[in-house]
Amino acid sequence: MAAILSVQNLSKQYDGGFQALKNVNLDIDEGEILALLGPNGAGKTTLISIICGLVNPSSGTAKVGGFDVVGDYRQARSLIGLVPQEIALEPFQTVMDALRFTRGLFGKRNDPALLKSILEKLSLWDKKDAKTMELSGGMKRRVLIAKALCHEPRVLFLDEPTAGVDVELRKEMWDVVRQLKQDGVTIILTTHYIEEAEAIADRVGVIRSGELLLVEEKETLMQRMGQRQLRVELMQPLDGIPEALGHYDLDYDAETQALVYSYEANGERTGIASLFADLSKAGIILRDIETKQSSLEDIFVGLVEDKA
Amino acid sequence: MNFQAVRSIYSFEMARFFRTLSQSLISPVLSTSLYFIVFGAAIGSRIDEIDGVSYGAFIVPGLIMLSVLTQSISNASFGIYFPKFLGSIYELHTAPVSFIEIVLGYVGAAATKSALIGLVILGTAEFFVDFEILHWGAMLAFLALTCISFSLFGFIIGVWSKNFEQLQMVPLLVITPLVFLGGSFYSISMLPPFWQTVTLFNPVVYLISGFRWAFYGTADINIGISLMMIAVFMLICLAIIGWTFKTGYKIKT
Repeated sequence: MAAILSVQNLSKQYDGGFQALKNVNLDIDEGEILALLGPNGAGKTTLISIICGLVNPSSGTAKVGGFDVVGDYRQARSLIGLVPQEIALEPFQTVMDALRFTRGLFGKRNDPALLKSILEKLSLWDKKDAKTMELSGGMKRRVLIAKALCHEPRVLFLDEPTAGVDVELRKEMWDVVRQLKQDGVTIILTTHYIEEAEAIADRVGVIRSGELLLVEEKETLMQRMGQRQLRVELMQPLDGIPEALGHYDLDYDAETQALVYSYEANGERTGIASLFADLSKAGIILRDIETKQSSLEDIFVGLVEDKA
Repeated sequence: MNFQAVRSIYSFEMARFFRTLSQSLISPVLSTSLYFIVFGAAIGSRIDEIDGVSYGAFIVPGLIMLSVLTQSISNASFGIYFPKFLGSIYELHTAPVSFIEIVLGYVGAAATKSALIGLVILGTAEFFVDFEILHWGAMLAFLALTCISFSLFGFIIGVWSKNFEQLQMVPLLVITPLVFLGGSFYSISMLPPFWQTVTLFNPVVYLISGFRWAFYGTADINIGISLMMIAVFMLICLAIIGWTFKTGYKIKT
């Protein structure tokens, strides 16, 4: 599949000197869902803001459908829909008027049938004459999505679509995104929730401190993120890992007298039971045990180290 | 040129005007009527004619200008400031529109609104005083030029304002004094010579003088100079707006 979005050597330095993006390169295929994952302040919003026209890049280029977002902004923006992070709606406008306004901004004539189908898909049709200020938070977010879709974009950007949204609504939002993918829309969303990327994305890009550390198929990344560690503190220090335990993925931390065992939490067998059996066979006495999931931060640190 | 977008912005802005009709139309009409009653009828009956025009009629062009200037500025500044305040301005940045289309939409709507208000006040004045308009064409042209240039000025204020306080400050602290001291209620020839010279630095003097000429054929200042001054003011506003958008000043980072 051809790349619908191509970002090359994109950098952004804000006036205050803050380097929000460092030489980002990214290609996105038509029809896929890409999740940009990263902690707050990592540069996710800056990246999509440049592509959508909200922020001027300091250097580098971004092309949508082959059109440069600065030089050919009219053609490029016609292909893009943006759902912003913050809810920003004219409070006195009706839902239908809000959609008509946006469609007009994109130079398109009113198309009642299309707007109806968009509103129906987002379960907003019965609210079409309601003022946006009368809607609930979840509905307002859906209005923003409807507005982003009403000029029939080929690429949709969702900036933190579920930040500060309750569990129920988050699931609902995910369904909407999957539905859009089925309709053939390419979707780029930013999030700092791993579960969100896991639930809906095809590929995941990880951003940290303005650098795009990697872009990988979700499955590959999730495996890495699924690592758990078991720490076994021992009564007696060891000289090294006993031979009988050689076939386990073990590290020995002499300082804390602990064996560290890494395993796949998603795997069919974790191997913990047999490890304990072998430990007791080897006559090693345990003092304490602890398991932990590698956190997003750990993974980021791991990724940085991998790259170095 | 994305005319559909211009139309979209224009009709959206006009919709707000008609939605808040009591605020946008009735209040300027009411306050101007009060001026007519107090200055035109009550006080004006004790004041001599100025340049052969009764005092009540004399203040009509100035009062219309007073409303048109303040309305142009407040409509245009609010129109662009409010989406900025709400955050919904992101739509303008992400849509395939150029700054020319944005300005045409917002300034066009603001100028239309204040021209409507000006005409309604003109109609209202008929109820209070007798007057005739000598040069209809020139009157309408002056009205249109004033509405457009001060809507451009208001647009700049709206773009540059960081909060509602700043939004109010220019109309309140700059425009109102300029209009009052710009000959709305008197002929500048009534001032002492020194203040007559000072007054010439007030751009509103040229507007009111020119507008009054269109009504009664007499003016403090030559009509050609008046027209030139307003044209210069409009060009300055256009240049500032062009520069603002080009550099992204206060709009884009």
